[in-house]
Amino acid sequence: MDGITQKAHAGDLGGWTVAGRNFASRLVVGTGKYKDLETTAEAIAQSGAEMVTVALRRVNVHDRNAPMLQDFVDPKRYTYLPNTAGCFTADEAVRTLRLAREAGGWNLVKLEVLGPPPTLYPDMAATLLAAEALIKDGFEVMVYCADDPVAAKRLEDMGCVAIMPLGAPIGSGLGVQNPVMIQTIIENAKVPVLVDAGVGTAWDAAYAMELGCDAVLVNSAIAMADDPVKMAVAMKHGVIAGRLAFEAGRIPRKSSASASSPMTGLIR
Amino acid sequence: MSQTIEQITLSVNGESMQVPAGTSLTGLVALMELDTRKLAVERNLEIVPRSQYGATVLQHGDALEIVHFVGGG
Repeated sequence: MDGITQKAHAGDLGGWTVAGRNFASRLVVGTGKYKDLETTAEAIAQSGAEMVTVALRRVNVHDRNAPMLQDFVDPKRYTYLPNTAGCFTADEAVRTLRLAREAGGWNLVKLEVLGPPPTLYPDMAATLLAAEALIKDGFEVMVYCADDPVAAKRLEDMGCVAIMPLGAPIGSGLGVQNPVMIQTIIENAKVPVLVDAGVGTAWDAAYAMELGCDAVLVNSAIAMADDPVKMAVAMKHGVIAGRLAFEAGRIPRKSSASASSPMTGLIR
Repeated sequence: MSQTIEQITLSVNGESMQVPAGTSLTGLVALMELDTRKLAVERNLEIVPRSQYGATVLQHGDALEIVHFVGGG
């Protein structure tokens, strides 16, 4: 557990650091699935997040006046983390992120190479190949991956700047289904570990943070909530509560009771 | 008398588009009313740096991908 304790102390006051960039907020949010860009902007502002994931897509040739994400989520205010959603091979991922780098100049990227529905589980063979190609091309790669400690270590050794195992399938809202594996990955890692995918509500984010994650990435749970702005605030507090609880150190679980009030000085 | 300007055909984001011969990439994005600060362009699978838009004269049959950021997880 030493690795975790040291990490907690290193991260205490200054938030967390990835690839030399500091972030006070340990909540990273996605910008997809919102009903409109106004809600996207408001929810993200209220979440307190400083880093947001974005996707790269063709501009609409027919509707040139369609509102653009950058008009609502200012890249000067938020760190854009371009993703490779929709890429199924290393070549596609590299091609997409080169374009993202040209569009915004960002080297820090989120690599995700997914398998087919219904799991959309990370395709680790393809992810490893893509990570290698991207690192060679000068990218700083935060990588979405399986809850596989061996693969996570390999990605770190390769030079990925953050390891992002799933808590449960993307958009499932099932919460952290694999706490032991997540904790093992955290204990083995010297780079930040983020739970990416699976969070359903604030409790899940708090739980992920209590396991010792450096940050949590949430999209669907906020965007698809009945009230996304309120859920964004809830996630913000969930992440803070979980981190504080982790740093504070929880009491051990025991099977017997232990009274909270003194058993001496009772009136007779 | 009217002078006919020769048209060339491009593929822009998978759709066929006719533009006058000699149109540069700067000309095309102006024609499409796009904000160049927010996009990236790939021409025949090669990225065109923003600084080269003016000097890039489009050729008949060019395949262009013009992309920008959208919401994503």
